Amino acid sequence: MSAPFRVERRLDCPAWLNWAIPVGAVATALLAGAVLLFFLGVSPLAAYTAMFRGALGDAWGLSETIVKAIPLTLAGLAVGLSFTMVVWNIGAEGQLVMGALAAVAVVRYAFVDSAPVMFFLMFVAAALAGGLWAGFAGFLKARWSVNEIITTLMMNYIAILLTEYFIYGPWRDPSSLGFPMTAPFPAAARLAVLGGTRVHVGLILAIFLALLFRVLYRWTRWGFELRVIGNNANAARYAGMDYMKNVLLAMFVSGAVAGIAGMIEVAGLQGRIQPGFSAGYGYTAIIVAWLARLNPVGTVFVSFLLGALLVGGDTLQVVMRLPLASVQVLQGLILFCVLGGEFFRNYRIVPVGKGE
Amino acid sequence: MDSSMQQAPLVEMRGISKAFATVRANAGIDFDVRPGEVHTLLGENGAGKSTLMNILNGLYIPDSGTIRVKGENRRFSSPRDAIAAGIGMVHQHFMLVQVLTVWENMIMGLPGLEAILPKKTVIKRIQDISTRYGLGVEPEARVWQLSVGEQQRVEILKMLYRRAEILVLDEPTSVLTPQEVHHLFNTIRQMTAEGHGVVFISHKLDEVMEISDRITILRKGEVVETLSGRNVSKEELAEKMVGRKVVFAVDKTVLNLGETVLETDGVCALNDRGLPAVRNLSLSIREGEILGIAGIAGNGQRELCEALSGLRPIQFGRVILMGVDMTGAHPIEFIKAGVGYIPADRKGTGLVGSMNLRENFNLKNFWRKPYSRGIFLSWENVAGETGRIVERFGVATPGLGVPVRNLSGGNQQRLMLGRELSGTPRLIVAMQPTWGLDVGATEFVRDQLLRQRERGAAILLVSEDLEEVMALSDRLAVIHKGEIMGVVDDPRGVTEEELGLMMAGIPMSAAVRGERSL
Amino acid sequence: MEILVPILSAAIRSGTPILYATLGEILTEKAGVLNLGLEGLMLLGAFSGFSATMVTGNPWLGLAVAVLVGMLVSAIHAFLCVSMGANQVVSGLAITMFGTGLSALLGKAYVGETIRGIGVMPVPLLEKIPILGPVFFNHDPLVYASYLLVGFLCWFIASTRWGLTLRAVGENPRAVDSAGLNVTLLRYAYTMIGGGFAALGGAYLSVVYTQMWVEMMTAGRGWIAVALVIFGIWNPLRAAFGSYLFGGVGALQLRIQAAGTTIPAPLLLMLPYVLTIAVLVAISIKKGKGILLGAPAALGQPFHREERD
Repeated sequence: MSAPFRVERRLDCPAWLNWAIPVGAVATALLAGAVLLFFLGVSPLAAYTAMFRGALGDAWGLSETIVKAIPLTLAGLAVGLSFTMVVWNIGAEGQLVMGALAAVAVVRYAFVDSAPVMFFLMFVAAALAGGLWAGFAGFLKARWSVNEIITTLMMNYIAILLTEYFIYGPWRDPSSLGFPMTAPFPAAARLAVLGGTRVHVGLILAIFLALLFRVLYRWTRWGFELRVIGNNANAARYAGMDYMKNVLLAMFVSGAVAGIAGMIEVAGLQGRIQPGFSAGYGYTAIIVAWLARLNPVGTVFVSFLLGALLVGGDTLQVVMRLPLASVQVLQGLILFCVLGGEFFRNYRIVPVGKGE
Repeated sequence: MDSSMQQAPLVEMRGISKAFATVRANAGIDFDVRPGEVHTLLGENGAGKSTLMNILNGLYIPDSGTIRVKGENRRFSSPRDAIAAGIGMVHQHFMLVQVLTVWENMIMGLPGLEAILPKKTVIKRIQDISTRYGLGVEPEARVWQLSVGEQQRVEILKMLYRRAEILVLDEPTSVLTPQEVHHLFNTIRQMTAEGHGVVFISHKLDEVMEISDRITILRKGEVVETLSGRNVSKEELAEKMVGRKVVFAVDKTVLNLGETVLETDGVCALNDRGLPAVRNLSLSIREGEILGIAGIAGNGQRELCEALSGLRPIQFGRVILMGVDMTGAHPIEFIKAGVGYIPADRKGTGLVGSMNLRENFNLKNFWRKPYSRGIFLSWENVAGETGRIVERFGVATPGLGVPVRNLSGGNQQRLMLGRELSGTPRLIVAMQPTWGLDVGATEFVRDQLLRQRERGAAILLVSEDLEEVMALSDRLAVIHKGEIMGVVDDPRGVTEEELGLMMAGIPMSAAVRGERSL
Repeated sequence: MEILVPILSAAIRSGTPILYATLGEILTEKAGVLNLGLEGLMLLGAFSGFSATMVTGNPWLGLAVAVLVGMLVSAIHAFLCVSMGANQVVSGLAITMFGTGLSALLGKAYVGETIRGIGVMPVPLLEKIPILGPVFFNHDPLVYASYLLVGFLCWFIASTRWGLTLRAVGENPRAVDSAGLNVTLLRYAYTMIGGGFAALGGAYLSVVYTQMWVEMMTAGRGWIAVALVIFGIWNPLRAAFGSYLFGGVGALQLRIQAAGTTIPAPLLLMLPYVLTIAVLVAISIKKGKGILLGAPAALGQPFHREERD
């Protein structure tokens, strides 16, 4: 009966655990990934070195990492907002795609040859498209308690098929030699680029929104309501907070931010939509949000980390001929380890016979 | 029953110790039960009674100490071992599965059960046992359809079905009407007459003195004394339990009543399942008055409190506060109108356990000046007022930034009371405000409520503790299935038995003999 | 009626993989564990079933391997959610990411390969029944097994001691614990069994239905299964109807495409996903805002015994 240790509930979590757990989780996941790589006949050391070099080794890699961190930050903030009130918006991917589609629609049907005007129009259209896409699921949840996990997820599939409909059909670029893609954006619809890199002003927007979210959670009434609902929905009702209204609003804002991520991606980087436009940013955002413990500023840093992982994955594909899916496996492993790590936030392991 | 005193104990616990993260719940406790006796464990909340019994039941593993059952050393690593040794526990929160039928609950987890559920034989056996011990219950009913009293009978039946020789009853009377308590005691006597040993856990002294053969008093995890159940006075027990002299009388001054604060007119409300929970309920409370609401748990009390604080929609009827019709108003309008609500479920509803003291104060104040300006919160002002409440209400806490789940129940209640009372409310809706608190905290809460009454607040006090509502109330209403069975104008002029009848659904006209009514 | 026979028959076949996953999830959720990793588990099942069939040449062995893989991977979910008390929603998503990635990573070598899977075996006599015969009894053995499984599970849950325990552990684990049963063990077992069924459903796609392996070939069927558990209010028989409904939509949409239509393919492909939302909305409206009838009360909540409040 006497195990060498026992598990005890922590009363409070020491501050060092706040960074030690995510770091430990990522390290453990990389270790597990190494074992997997080994069995695939790939040298883990060589693979990780290649990834590191590819993502952070030179200016190009670094800029690519930042480029990927931009939509991840925005989408991470988006899902983080809904997770804060324990509403599971798993549909950032679809909302992001809808935002991008809306931006393309603006360029197609309401083009004005002025960069600021275009930015404004695309921004509003993308926010509305993403917001309404998520808001629909929010409405169903608020009105009839329809499970939002499934509705938002199903709407991802629908959004991606909708994109396919447009790029194979009415919006296909006639000069694309039959490739399914939309026409390239004119210069006025493209975002400004920083220096000579591919990093665009979306970076500034992402950081600005992260800071805004920080203020929202900590210093505003609505942020407080969201946090109370997330921590104890009964207490929120008792305090007179309106659950239905907040679900709707949170889903709308969450979807809007994800939609903006899509618009930034299409206007800042790719200039058109083609198959595989999003690279799963909406799903990776879930890991981002969780790893950052829903902390907006943390989201920026974690996005950078996972952006590096994505770029490293690209390198792996080229150098080691490993499919891109290996990154997805690593992401899954990271999420497992983060979840496992949460345990040590709430409990500690004490050797029997020592301490209380 | 004196012969039992010489018999070997059914169960013998020696030197039991158990510590949790911060508390020493049991420290070297000796406890035994002999056949045919009722051995009571008496102690305040947090004295270690439940921990000791959960150890006996195999739910907790003690840090040290031995358990002997009928002279044999036993080591329980799960409740299954305890059940096999003949120990059955009726928990305060019933261990029943609501969606299953009574007979299914009876055999769930039974060792050696046939692969295909033997429904007929089970029902037959249930009927046999229930006639033998007077525990009438419908075997095919689903548990959620039963009243709390019936559910308790199912729990006891379940233990007898499992051939338990030692029955542990954890606070069994707290959910019963006086008549049901009487009925339970008959069942207990029937069980001891058959040679069972019964452990009775309670903090209600009158009941303890009525049913016990022996009494063991626990305080702060240690045994104070084990004494005979006869020839012991209530005062003596209370003093040993609390560790100091306890004053039973509530010091209440006579007040002149002011204006009517709350008036309800035929209020109807639904519960969370959409079924009627409050029916055609009319009552009024004036300034400086405490209206008590007695009743068994689950008779619409929570729904009533929520309807009166704007949290639950009202189907029919009106709620009038200070002459203003508030029916259908937003909960925050109720708060603005001066309604403070102390819900029964501190940790689940009244407070957010994972948030700190400041945030919990802000919970009911975030929308008003000076705690927010426009859309922004003003944490300095929140912290200032929270600090004042902590001081005024004596909340023991290491700081304002700690999560409230780390506070003891008494301190949580002080914080919540402070938050609800600091805004000088006109109407205070208090539901079970002393539930689960130790004597010191209970006295504090009652004292605070009486002070509010003297200040001129109207108070609606809902409690399942008859002694409490009878002592504190100026008038007393009894609720049954969401309906008021009657309002007693002088709680001193009515007996517990009469209230018990009303709690069971008999209108006052029939329950209280003619000349004293109204 | 005659025109409907091929569609109904196809509905049964293409509904079967969803049905296996749904039945598995019903068991898991009845035990109080929410497993949103079905999509990933189905993909892993589809890949491992296919590759094992290719390597051994025996499709039955392939299915067995798939079940084993499903059980092992869902054990991760059980470990995180039951032992570590982790968030079940996020853990399920992690399973889906991991399963999707791993199946694509390991499966790359198998894309475009072919196997001899399991073919159609009509049931003697029964197949001769007009209409019912061709619809229900002209399939592969796994379809018949799923009929038996639906009946068995209905009986198992309602009338056996294990079924009783299963119903109890998702409703009130504390009661099960105090009755001396091991909540952790039960939840591990049913999570793993559920994962095994999901993987079997995936393997059905690759080993029986299409007899090939393509990345992401489940195309959201795992998520549809999660929705069908709610639609079927945790009842195996209703889950079967739901699965065949979705199978029918899939079959119908293929037929419309084959018949040549002006409706663009992507819009047709949306049908199952739109239907999933519609079906969920319908059942949610019907249930009203009150208690979700049939939803295990302790679903998604971790259980720890030695927790003092």
